[in-house]
Amino acid sequence: MYRPFVAVLLASACALAHAGEVQVAVAANFAGPIAKIGEAFTAATGHVIKVSAGATGKFYTQIISGAPFEVLIAADDETPKKLIAEGHAVAGSNFTYAIGKLVLWSAQPGFVDAQGAVLASDKVKHVAIANPKVAPYGAAAMEVIKARGLTDTITPKLVTAESIAQAYQFAATGNAELGFVALSQVAVPGKPPVGSHWTVPSNLYREIRQDAVLLKVGEKNPVARALLDFLKGDAAKQTIRDFGYAVAAP
Amino acid sequence: MTPSDWGAVRITVQLAATATVLLLIVGTPLAWWLARTRTRLKPVLSALVAMPLVLPPTVLGFYLLLLMGPQGPVGQLTQSLGLGRLPFTFAGLVVASVIYSLPFVVQPLQQAFEAVPERTLEAAATLRASPWDRFFSVAVPLARPGFVTASVLGFAHTVGEFGVVLMIGGNIPDKTRVLSVAIYDHVEATEFAQAHRLAAGMVVFALVVLVALYVANRPRREERSA
Repeated sequence: MYRPFVAVLLASACALAHAGEVQVAVAANFAGPIAKIGEAFTAATGHVIKVSAGATGKFYTQIISGAPFEVLIAADDETPKKLIAEGHAVAGSNFTYAIGKLVLWSAQPGFVDAQGAVLASDKVKHVAIANPKVAPYGAAAMEVIKARGLTDTITPKLVTAESIAQAYQFAATGNAELGFVALSQVAVPGKPPVGSHWTVPSNLYREIRQDAVLLKVGEKNPVARALLDFLKGDAAKQTIRDFGYAVAAP
Repeated sequence: MTPSDWGAVRITVQLAATATVLLLIVGTPLAWWLARTRTRLKPVLSALVAMPLVLPPTVLGFYLLLLMGPQGPVGQLTQSLGLGRLPFTFAGLVVASVIYSLPFVVQPLQQAFEAVPERTLEAAATLRASPWDRFFSVAVPLARPGFVTASVLGFAHTVGEFGVVLMIGGNIPDKTRVLSVAIYDHVEATEFAQAHRLAAGMVVFALVVLVALYVANRPRREERSA
């Protein structure tokens, strides 16, 4: 009579024992998608991911100083390579999970035109970008400004945010009329687009290949490997596409 | 040090000096009033002054960004006055620093004014000293250590400001990039040598300032024996 009950108890105890955790450092532009992918990952495996979002450059400094992150989902492909070369990440575990798209965005509807000509306008007093020294989207924004021949006009108007999330925040509060942000921040699936944006043609900046890598701290954690495999799977790829990224051809 | 680092040093000193002067101008009457008032609202006002001590700088930064933004009341006021908007400007940092460092100036002044005996002021009054005269010739000299502490702490605390500046400054070289943000940038970009130079300078600065403060406010021999 008690047997089925005991069996359920045992089964759930096993499930608990198997449900693991993984500490993930994720690029600020991928915070939205990883929340969704994390939900699907938990639903499929029972494992939980603990996410810290921020600038990739900052994570690099923290990781080489012994931060307890097990997986890095970076905003570039340089940082994971560097971490492997320096022995902080597992060789061969890096792969491109998404190709980022840069947009010029304003919180005001109708402010940004389809060609991005507004960038040269006098109405613009401040343009928010992520710190080009540490954030790939910031570096890409600088390339676009240069390609448009606007370096001299825009440089005095630049406000530098510590990450792409803060660049979005400067523009979202209207303190900067324009901001160079990631398409993933503007085009949230299931929500109507806010403000106005120009998707920058990809020939104006170097491709933003975003790589993920297994860190040395997570080498022994099967959950970390499971998450990276999940990120390569079709369900995750669909979410990544929904958020406006391109997915690398295998 | 690069020119951009020197720029950060200059902006930091300018910001701290401007904020300290403004804080003494605003803080002195406020502290005097708080020290003398018998209103039942005193605990509430003291609490308001002390708020920046407890609130995370991110709270101040977040609300300042909204209040001073184009949709915020302060932003609309400054725009209608033709001053433009405050975020990403030096003036904006001054406003933020005054709020952020207010308790560091008001509290020492208030304590110093509270220590001025009522009788001394009354004695001056019987000698026909006007309220202004009593304040400047009696209260201020007696509260001198309070002024020293308030100025030094106001200046030093503004130099040490980070979170608020990060949120409303926009990190513009020679305008809003202060030392703490420059150090953060160097660390993020793994330019550790440059970060060290600035960071070590800050450590030395903090130590020198605090030692100087304790030396200046050390009780005098006659005060101790009294």
